[in-house]
Amino acid sequence: MSERIVVDPVTRIEGHLRIEAEVKDGKIVDAWSAGTMVRGLEIILRGRDPRDAWAFCERVCGVCTTVHALASVRSVEDALDIHVPANAELIRNIMFCTQYMHDHVVHFYHLHALDWVDVVSALKADPVATSALAQKLSKYPKSSPGYYSELQKRLTKFVESGQLGIFANGYWGHPAFKLPPEANLMAVGHYLEALEWQKEIVKIHTIFGGKNPHPNYLVGGVPCAINIDEANAINAERLAFVGQTLQRAKEFIEQVYIPDVLAVAPFYLDWAGIGGGLENYLVYGDLPTNGFADVKSFKFPRGAILGRNLNEVHPVDPKNDQDEIKEFIDHSWYEYSQQGGLHPWAGETNLKYSGPKPPYEHLDVDKKYSWLKTPRWKGHAMEVGPLSRMLVGYASGNDDIKGAVTDALGALKAPPSVLFSTLGRTAARAIESRLAGIWGLEFYNQLLANIKAGDTRTFTREKWEPSTWPKVAKGVGCTEAPRGALAHWIVIGDQKIANYQLVVPSTWNASPRDGKGQRSAYEASLIGTPVHDPHQPLEIIRTIHSFDPCLACAVHLYEDKKEIARHELLVK
Amino acid sequence: MDIESRTKSPKEETIYEHMLSRGVNRRDFLQFCAWMGACIGLEQTGVAQMTKALETKKRIPVVWLHFQECTCCSESFIRSSHPIVADILLDKVSLDYSETLMAASGHQAEKSLQDTIKNYKGEYLLCIEGSVPTAEDGVYCCIGGKTALQIAEEVAKDAKAVVAWGNCACSGCVQAAKPNPTSAKPIHKVIAGKPIVNVQGCPPIAEVMAGVLVHLLTFDRIPQLDNLGRPKAFYSRRVHDTCYRRPNYDAGLFVESFDDENARKGYCLYKVGCRGPSTYNACGTIRWNGGVSFPIQSGHPCIGCSEANFWDNGPFYQRTPAFPGFGIEQTADKLGIAALAASAGGAAVHAVMTNIRKRHEIGEHAGENAEQAEKDNPESKS
Repeated sequence: MSERIVVDPVTRIEGHLRIEAEVKDGKIVDAWSAGTMVRGLEIILRGRDPRDAWAFCERVCGVCTTVHALASVRSVEDALDIHVPANAELIRNIMFCTQYMHDHVVHFYHLHALDWVDVVSALKADPVATSALAQKLSKYPKSSPGYYSELQKRLTKFVESGQLGIFANGYWGHPAFKLPPEANLMAVGHYLEALEWQKEIVKIHTIFGGKNPHPNYLVGGVPCAINIDEANAINAERLAFVGQTLQRAKEFIEQVYIPDVLAVAPFYLDWAGIGGGLENYLVYGDLPTNGFADVKSFKFPRGAILGRNLNEVHPVDPKNDQDEIKEFIDHSWYEYSQQGGLHPWAGETNLKYSGPKPPYEHLDVDKKYSWLKTPRWKGHAMEVGPLSRMLVGYASGNDDIKGAVTDALGALKAPPSVLFSTLGRTAARAIESRLAGIWGLEFYNQLLANIKAGDTRTFTREKWEPSTWPKVAKGVGCTEAPRGALAHWIVIGDQKIANYQLVVPSTWNASPRDGKGQRSAYEASLIGTPVHDPHQPLEIIRTIHSFDPCLACAVHLYEDKKEIARHELLVK
Repeated sequence: MDIESRTKSPKEETIYEHMLSRGVNRRDFLQFCAWMGACIGLEQTGVAQMTKALETKKRIPVVWLHFQECTCCSESFIRSSHPIVADILLDKVSLDYSETLMAASGHQAEKSLQDTIKNYKGEYLLCIEGSVPTAEDGVYCCIGGKTALQIAEEVAKDAKAVVAWGNCACSGCVQAAKPNPTSAKPIHKVIAGKPIVNVQGCPPIAEVMAGVLVHLLTFDRIPQLDNLGRPKAFYSRRVHDTCYRRPNYDAGLFVESFDDENARKGYCLYKVGCRGPSTYNACGTIRWNGGVSFPIQSGHPCIGCSEANFWDNGPFYQRTPAFPGFGIEQTADKLGIAALAASAGGAAVHAVMTNIRKRHEIGEHAGENAEQAEKDNPESKS
């Protein structure tokens, strides 16, 4: 006898996600993932100035802010053959690394940790033993018995106040929580420390982009000018601020985040065998070290892995509009004028809701059930995200990535196969955060060296004026958002946006199944997951959170009476 | 001990007690009150009142809903720079429902919402992030099987007041830009009969969000609002009037192109599209992320993100026509958001206001040839 359970809203994510799952004999036998919000950004972009598109796109997501702005300026630069100055690339890379560190830490502590950490159990911890545990793991200074004793008192008073706020109705005491009270108390401390820390690291975005969330970007470079002899530009003081912030961020990653992941993981090794799901991984790559046109120079290599075969990395070409990336709508609330899947440059999207009339209990999953379209690469369902990046980097023989992955597996005394799991996804995110900390400082030092050598350019005026543009131009802007491969496809005609499409990471991962019945990553990863109590879906959100869902961006199109409207669902 | 027994005899403590329990001493607490008071423009007596209020009130239950949005408002909120502010707003208000931060999902999350509506009828504060799609009976945004429209009406009914976070909730933001495919509407168009505070911006500045909550918490009434429902404390001045680059504008010293010599000297960004002259926000005073910078300081023109319809006010990098009624005494009530559209013959107005004397001073100071600058900016002469 099976039971259908619904988790809606899935909380501690960005956006609106609904999971329905069929549970039989304590295990999930089938699952459906639905994005339940759309905004229609791509139609809104039509007819606008391509140089403005980054600002519209950045509002796709405020959690992984910056990534859509970056993909957008790159798409325009690709279409118009603009090559940004070296300093602009370095500043973008520094902002990228900043975003990774920020986003991954916030995800681990504020969005994911409460799946593994029992806050109520922390009340029973011995503060002295907690301190000993913390000091054994790391040299992070806030680890004294007094620190944990005060923390525990505060927590106790909080619970006794009766107003439990964000902790109300949590799954406390659930048997799937395995950490000893001391580890729980330590994690609660780091939850609060990370909350304090995260507002500091974003100041790098504020210096270069004026604000965070949603710092400013610019087609052709970056908006901030460098002038070491002027107060109103990037000067020694601003650079020192960036350098110190990067250094402190790296320390937090190394002294708190990584040790916590390594400390928690051994208690949850069963989750190294749960939640693996798909066996295919896709990465566009990012962090150029020799201009974005030189894909081989990327710190995160581009490529695809099929069937978990780490001996072969397949080339990926987002511009191949014949037989690589295509989007399908068999289970999505859209209409196509033709059969089959479409490359984003040739796509079309017409919103066509055919689900139940709200309020509803269940979606009709045999038909259409999501605002997300279903992207496929050469017909394969692909997982994108930190795990994919670490696997493609590892399999490509990238020294930095291989070293970081090997270190982590060594610390856990585990084989690479543990990576294909819920736990592996969470570990991969920590591993690449460590790399972002190292690389961020590397780019920073290169920026200093450039300025020292007299190069202060941050913007190229070439092709800024629309009068210099060709009548029609097409481009693709790729990036690796914290949650995975992200690309924007643009068509410029008569100096305006003729077409604009986004396929975002959560479109790959959270999409409904395709016409052949192949599940996408979320759905596939839930099959076989144990569910102790169907009324407390802790295990489901654990695996779903391991992908770091970001649904805000469910977008899409809208029937244009004269032309075929074509834009994609972007769910990131 | 399980959570049930822990909460059997709930003792609702005051903000001050709670802060003490979090290791904050009285001196820090008073400092926080003074700082927050300064932020929201209080006289000394007001600070004393606020201090008293925080010492004696229990935590206000807050329900924070998300509709059509990108969560940048929540993200901004957690950036609140003063450490005690983060504590107070995450712990001192009781954040009973927040899809971004709450531990529970699905039915348990829904239960938290219903518990608050039932147990704190008429007392809870409703914060909304995002616009509400109204086309096709609202199917473009559903949560727990209900439409955003249904949820907004249901939860607002017994709320004490509503805070509309950010441009989405205040005026629809990007999804309401033309042609507004989902008929996205701001909160004040879908909820009636409740006081609504519009906290504008994409996102609003963290300390402004914190300041608005503290105001509501302390004085138990909504702050003074302008005719667009924005708190006057934060939205009564144009970015242009509080911009540290303003003297360059008055002197006719402009950036002509990004990364040109003038950009490297930090001149005015008006000619590359700055919306500071038609945007009411606190970016020039409070600045961003703990006062580190703001868009203009970092070289990009203001895009006007705290104004309604800013997405449709022309390409961002195109200079806007100037606008009538210069002078820092202007408020949004007097000038209105129609300034951009209504203005004509901007160059002439601009010229009248140009202060040649200042320009010479600044030009000389910056090693600039003022006469040459005049030739570069001919309209400032007319």
